[in-house]
Amino acid sequence: MQHDHHDHDHAHAVLPPDPALRVRALETILTQKGLVDPAALDEIIDTYAHRVGPQEGARVVARAWADPAFRAALLDDAGPVLDDMGLTGRQGEHVTVVENTPERHNVIVCTLCSCYPWPLLGIPPAWYKSDEYRARVVREPRRVLAEFGLELPAEQAVRVWDSTAEMRYLVLPMRPAGTEGWNEADLARLVTRDSMVGTGRPRAADEVSAP
Amino acid sequence: MTLRPTPEDTPRFDAPWHAQVFALTVALSEAGAFTWPEWTETFAATLRARGGDGPLDGSEDYYMAWLAALEEMARARGFAGPDAVADMADRWRAAYLATPHGEPVKLS
Repeated sequence: MQHDHHDHDHAHAVLPPDPALRVRALETILTQKGLVDPAALDEIIDTYAHRVGPQEGARVVARAWADPAFRAALLDDAGPVLDDMGLTGRQGEHVTVVENTPERHNVIVCTLCSCYPWPLLGIPPAWYKSDEYRARVVREPRRVLAEFGLELPAEQAVRVWDSTAEMRYLVLPMRPAGTEGWNEADLARLVTRDSMVGTGRPRAADEVSAP
Repeated sequence: MTLRPTPEDTPRFDAPWHAQVFALTVALSEAGAFTWPEWTETFAATLRARGGDGPLDGSEDYYMAWLAALEEMARARGFAGPDAVADMADRWRAAYLATPHGEPVKLS
């Protein structure tokens, strides 16, 4: 975070950096014109800064691992299933869930900007938004995944899914071994953000305290 | 350059204004000022244009591009031109400089 107060004595309020003042200015003008409601802004900030995050996606993955009928419905058409769980997209976008198998590993990207399944994963990490990830994961996915510590067997194909404003993706990772009989809440503790983007694996059963 | 994973428990926004410009854009779209695909088209064009200055790291520079795209959207749709935004930013700057530390900052 930037602070521009190194040569001031704090007699006045700390002056925000220039872009922050421009955002403030836009907000003031657009509010005065009735185009936005300040209460709506506060609600959106609270939602994305504090509430929505990968724990939502983890609930979906854990239920898919525990319930074969749910899993089948989710993979067939995720929209109604996610609606039922209250995880509907704000922009009316569709979500497709892509399943990892021993034959195919899936990874998601947005090459154009940074489309991401917000209701399931929250705000994307900086690397997801970086030019480097967006360009390289398409060109050399195995190498990028190796940089994330994910070495895939040669016989496992890699499929890269490019998100758009209308279509977002969520990876359904493979259920870790040794978790037979675990309930959904315990399974959800194994699910990481990166495992749902495809740049990581879920935690192993022995990485969390046994249920 | 190589990519590396980052912890999940880091703050979702590195600076308050990142959250504010994000929320302003989502709120405008939800209020019908533009559709989300219209926004992503403008934003993607801005990212492409900025790519010439070197790769964006996805944090401060990413939100600088986001702000530039939103300013372009506001200009193109006639919501707020660059001069109006600059004037209002100056008023806010003056308000910060005139407000005693610790008190709420208000436009005069």
